[in-house]
Amino acid sequence: MVEFFKEYKTISQIAGPLVFVKKTDPVSYGELVSIKLPDGSVKRGEVLDTSDDIVVVQVYEGTTGIDKNTSVRFLGETMKMPVSREMLGRILTGAGDPIDGGPAIIPEKKLDIVGAAINPWARDNPSDFIQTGISTIDCMNTLIRGQKLPIFSGSGLPHNDLALQIARQAKVRGENEEFAVVFIAMGITNEEKQTFMKEFERTGALKNAVVFLNLADDPAAERIITPRLGLTTAEYMAFELGMQVLVIMTDVTNYCEALRQIGAAREEVPGRRGYPGYMYTNLAQLYERAGRIKGKKGTVTQIPILSMPGDDITHPIPDLSGYITEGQIVMSRELHRAGIYPPINVSSSLSRLMGGGTGEGKTRGDHKGVSDQLYAAYAEGKDLRGLVAIVGEDSLSSKDKKLLHFADLFEDKFVRQGYDEDRSIEDSLAIGWDLISTLDSDQITRISRKYIEQYMPNKK
Amino acid sequence: MSNEGRIYRVAGPVVTATGISPRMYDVVHVGNEKLMGEVIKIVDNYSIIQVYEDTSGIKPGEPVTNTGKPLVVELGPGLLHSVYDGIQRPLPVLQEKMGDYILRGVSAPGLDREKKWEFKPVVAIGDEVTPGQAIGVVMEGTIEHKILCPIDVQGKIESISDGNFTVEEPIARIGEKDIIMMQKWPVRIPRPVIEKHQPDAPLVTGMRVLDTMFPLAKGGAAAIPGGFGTGKTVTQQQLAKWSDAEIVVYIGCGERGNEMTEVLTEFPALEDPKTGNPLMNRTVLIANTSNMPVAAREASVYTGMTIAEYYRDMGYNVALMADSTSRWAEAMREISSRLEEMPGEEGYPAYLAGRLSEFYERACKAKVLCGQEGSISVIGAVSPPGGDISEPVSQNTLRIVRVFWALDTKLRERRHFPTINWLTSYTLYDKQLRDWYITNVDAEFPVLRDWAMQLLQKEAELQEIVQLVGSDALPDEQKIILEVTKMIREIFLQQNAYDPIDTYCPISRQYKMMKLIKKFSDFSQKALIAGVTVDKIIAIPARERFIRSKYEETIDSELDAIDVDFDTQFKELGV
Repeated sequence: MVEFFKEYKTISQIAGPLVFVKKTDPVSYGELVSIKLPDGSVKRGEVLDTSDDIVVVQVYEGTTGIDKNTSVRFLGETMKMPVSREMLGRILTGAGDPIDGGPAIIPEKKLDIVGAAINPWARDNPSDFIQTGISTIDCMNTLIRGQKLPIFSGSGLPHNDLALQIARQAKVRGENEEFAVVFIAMGITNEEKQTFMKEFERTGALKNAVVFLNLADDPAAERIITPRLGLTTAEYMAFELGMQVLVIMTDVTNYCEALRQIGAAREEVPGRRGYPGYMYTNLAQLYERAGRIKGKKGTVTQIPILSMPGDDITHPIPDLSGYITEGQIVMSRELHRAGIYPPINVSSSLSRLMGGGTGEGKTRGDHKGVSDQLYAAYAEGKDLRGLVAIVGEDSLSSKDKKLLHFADLFEDKFVRQGYDEDRSIEDSLAIGWDLISTLDSDQITRISRKYIEQYMPNKK
Repeated sequence: MSNEGRIYRVAGPVVTATGISPRMYDVVHVGNEKLMGEVIKIVDNYSIIQVYEDTSGIKPGEPVTNTGKPLVVELGPGLLHSVYDGIQRPLPVLQEKMGDYILRGVSAPGLDREKKWEFKPVVAIGDEVTPGQAIGVVMEGTIEHKILCPIDVQGKIESISDGNFTVEEPIARIGEKDIIMMQKWPVRIPRPVIEKHQPDAPLVTGMRVLDTMFPLAKGGAAAIPGGFGTGKTVTQQQLAKWSDAEIVVYIGCGERGNEMTEVLTEFPALEDPKTGNPLMNRTVLIANTSNMPVAAREASVYTGMTIAEYYRDMGYNVALMADSTSRWAEAMREISSRLEEMPGEEGYPAYLAGRLSEFYERACKAKVLCGQEGSISVIGAVSPPGGDISEPVSQNTLRIVRVFWALDTKLRERRHFPTINWLTSYTLYDKQLRDWYITNVDAEFPVLRDWAMQLLQKEAELQEIVQLVGSDALPDEQKIILEVTKMIREIFLQQNAYDPIDTYCPISRQYKMMKLIKKFSDFSQKALIAGVTVDKIIAIPARERFIRSKYEETIDSELDAIDVDFDTQFKELGV
């Protein structure tokens, strides 16, 4: 059956990404819109506000070229994402069209891109571990299936390298588990796009991944839908195909800038620093799509990456994210300047769900003790650095010297690892034990005797 | 007056309708799917409605029906043990009806209509009853649930039954009206009481820093502001678990889904330390996570408060936790901005302060209509942006509440939990509660508390000197002060919520621990005068035994043994 939709040529106002259309038949809120320009090209959009008199349309591809003679059609449905298992191994634009030269994707299903909220009653407690191969994450701030654990970074820091490394190395340990990565890039430059595509192909990571690339010069409205397309795909793979899905989103800051831009074009009352008042709810609609559902095998885990403007963790974007997500991994400019990759500052990082997915039967019994001991000794060692700057190293006691040395070793051996170095959790714990063995026995207060006997290198 | 109209405009959760003439805050059903909404503004012929569900796909021209009634909650047996969304729909029922996701257009009654409860009358035919008086009881799990005479009913009992009934079956007839166990009450209107009283007993929480240092009175209100990661939710959950209220209402307002799951999986497995019953038996959970519709988030705190008041009216002490009130305030801001209202500070509506005080003022200790004393203690978490409490929600909250538990990011980085800062937190109930502590714990208790607080203040001053010149430059008696305050911090203030023993500390044990620290302090000062060195004093074995004692199962006998040890070991030093 051919569907007919009325075409309107009643545009009354065009402002930023918004088009105002008069005298329409009733149009529903959130309805998809097709806009045909005089030159024959077609743009898509969505209804943001609808009334008897006027309909406000947000145009995904930007309003360039739209004039008052442009015709507008309302498509009678909200935006849907065609999904299929065949999407694995494909690279798509921010609007979901293939750009890898491959064939069109034949959908198995079409799903609404604005995911409904998971009923808290239907959720299951996140409790299994995902190995990223990065010691500072696996050992110190463990990522758990169903968790949302953002990386707070800054401009000029290698968060994109880390994102790629995690995308390549991440795995779930356990048999008969299918693992997939959904990689969502928002507002990245063309150069970054080339790097991402090349790296995914070079390392073979692409075969288990779906990549969405929204570029910096793509319109703001498209950036709003890109993560929703990606998350819809992830949910389909997790909850319908039973896969363990890791979603990496970079860079959430670009997404928020797009939100602000559209909010301003709609002449909304701005909240803090000009970001819309609903940004918390809006971000939650992305982040809260991570989770586990009782009785379903698959899970959606998220690593959103955001660059903190001016390295300011109190900026609205990291701040609101921190209130929604279950912890954070913080990148440090000092470590980066010191030439350490990945420059993760473990002291200010935190994984709230770590307790549920580590220990005997999940990772290893000594995991918590080792992690606590490393935290404590590193914190003390770092404090001593301040003191050494004033009084000199000679005036330290021998125990304090050990702690000071420990902090240096920790950064050099434990935090630092190669871009292609994939450490298993056992490798990471072994490095941890090597470092701990440099301390005096009365400085090791966080690990029980049992594990010291079992794992301490010079005790074996 | 017309009750049927049509939609004129849809913009997110805000829908404008024409053709109905509702009163403010009437509930309306919007669109073909009958989404639930509430009238929040009336302009000429237009009614502006906040809709509790997602409005995608709704279009102008669809019907709108006015129910003519405000948003109500259903009150009656079956509330306890329930898990509701912000507008009192039971989440397990929603899951049965629509699967793992919250879809829209589904209604589910707050109380189970099928379940029969055994009703036992406490009044007889011919008795005169007044509004709010108990006419019978039902055992709701382990809690005695009083069935109260509705507020708009009074007169002679014409008939009253004994037996098993559903919440909708008549159980009595009073003043020519059939009475059922279920009552409905508009959420935005406080339930009446005879008179409000001055609170005079603390809400005992088993957290040392709260019970001893900054107690909240039963019937008072407290705020917990703190940046992310400082442990607001853990603190709230500890209170929900261990506080000595008889009923707990926990509102997860705009918070994480996984956090609610944690509560939902953990609570049924935990026991009430007083009664040994599962904690869920006394708990009502309201979960409206951050991605659920924003208007229902706005309503969720009122829903919770009304349920709390209902149990207060039976003469119970109720504790209500709202996590987090900032999300509630943001929901108000979001809706206000959609209404294009003139914004106040930081985009929040100008009525923010008013709404917050109306909410916290519903906390009270009161003589309730059934003649007994009941109370509601409110603990509101605040999530200030960037952890900076100069923002409007924190500031307006602090003007109303009398207890302030300041969570501190710096303490978190030092892994000092709970991260309640002892220098910036305060309670204005300390004088009011003094008598309670003297009668129920020990006459010395308030003195010890003041001593510890003063010493901690002194420590802050000494630390400034230490940072400049090093601790070696301090005289011995000040070095001992630093050792003692370190003991106060590490033994007393720090408490491990995840340790089975340390998670709950009875007030008698808190007193014992504090008394031991004071004893150590007094003996040490004497030892110094007798010429003993600082190193020798702090090296006594009983001190180390004390530090480790709080995780021991035998802690109470340990503490007694340490008391004896202090005597003998200081004697050995010549005191």
